[in-house]
Amino acid sequence: MIIFIFFMNIILSEAVAIEPNEILKNKELEAQARAIGKELRCLVCQNEDIQNSNADIAKDLRKIVRIKLEKGESKKEIIDFIHSKYGDFVLFSPPFRFDTVGLWLLPISFFILLTFYFFRKR
Amino acid sequence: MKYFLFCVFFFCIYILYEGLQKDPNLVPSNLISKEIPEFSIESLQGKNFTNVDLENKGVVILNFFASWCPPCKIEHPQLLQLSNIIPVFGIAKKNKKKDLLPWLEELGSPYEVIGMDHNGLQSINWGVYGLPETFIIQDGLVKYRHVGPILERDLEIFKNLTRKE
Repeated sequence: MIIFIFFMNIILSEAVAIEPNEILKNKELEAQARAIGKELRCLVCQNEDIQNSNADIAKDLRKIVRIKLEKGESKKEIIDFIHSKYGDFVLFSPPFRFDTVGLWLLPISFFILLTFYFFRKR
Repeated sequence: MKYFLFCVFFFCIYILYEGLQKDPNLVPSNLISKEIPEFSIESLQGKNFTNVDLENKGVVILNFFASWCPPCKIEHPQLLQLSNIIPVFGIAKKNKKKDLLPWLEELGSPYEVIGMDHNGLQSINWGVYGLPETFIIQDGLVKYRHVGPILERDLEIFKNLTRKE
């Protein structure tokens, strides 16, 4: 039973590093802030989003996201602002641009190519 | 077709191998050769410190530091050296005046003006990852960014980049 509870805890708990004093009173804005937080990479901690990181920079990014939300800026405006400061690395999904076309289209084209190859053999 | 797939396979291996050579700790900057961000913060002396102060001075150095940051102490002698050649400005991140003043008294101040980034938001405005970080600014454009402490061996780079043409 104890083991069961232990594992349920791991599964059910959403690991967030947000501290109580960071949370916005407005629940809708807080939900938006969390959605934005999941799209931004904590820059110093190798593939962790700012939502789940305790690093100093992640805290500051969470703070600026919330300040800007309270000012009434949209999700896109906020992500664009942080993107303009930190570059593509801060985004988990890279933008669709000329130099990132391969990143997006290669997996799809591989899939098509291999399906084609597989069916032709039969 | 088989030959083609082989080529694709080896091409992929090559790309992945190349990727292994990259240093994941190198952090890219989005500000290089762009205009410096607008800002206006309180200085240590209680005045206003804005982007205009950095724009009209030719080549200047802007250093992000704090008295609570040990590597900042390591780079301090190098900053003092550089301040003899070019103006050095500082932005102290999340630093209280009562901590900063004795620190500067002990080590000497290379800074013309020190801006106080009380809440750390100004550092985000500059795309700073961690302390210390140093920018070379020429005529309002970011020319170079140095991450981590400026060591003795880095001085050459700084002297070359800041040499007046």
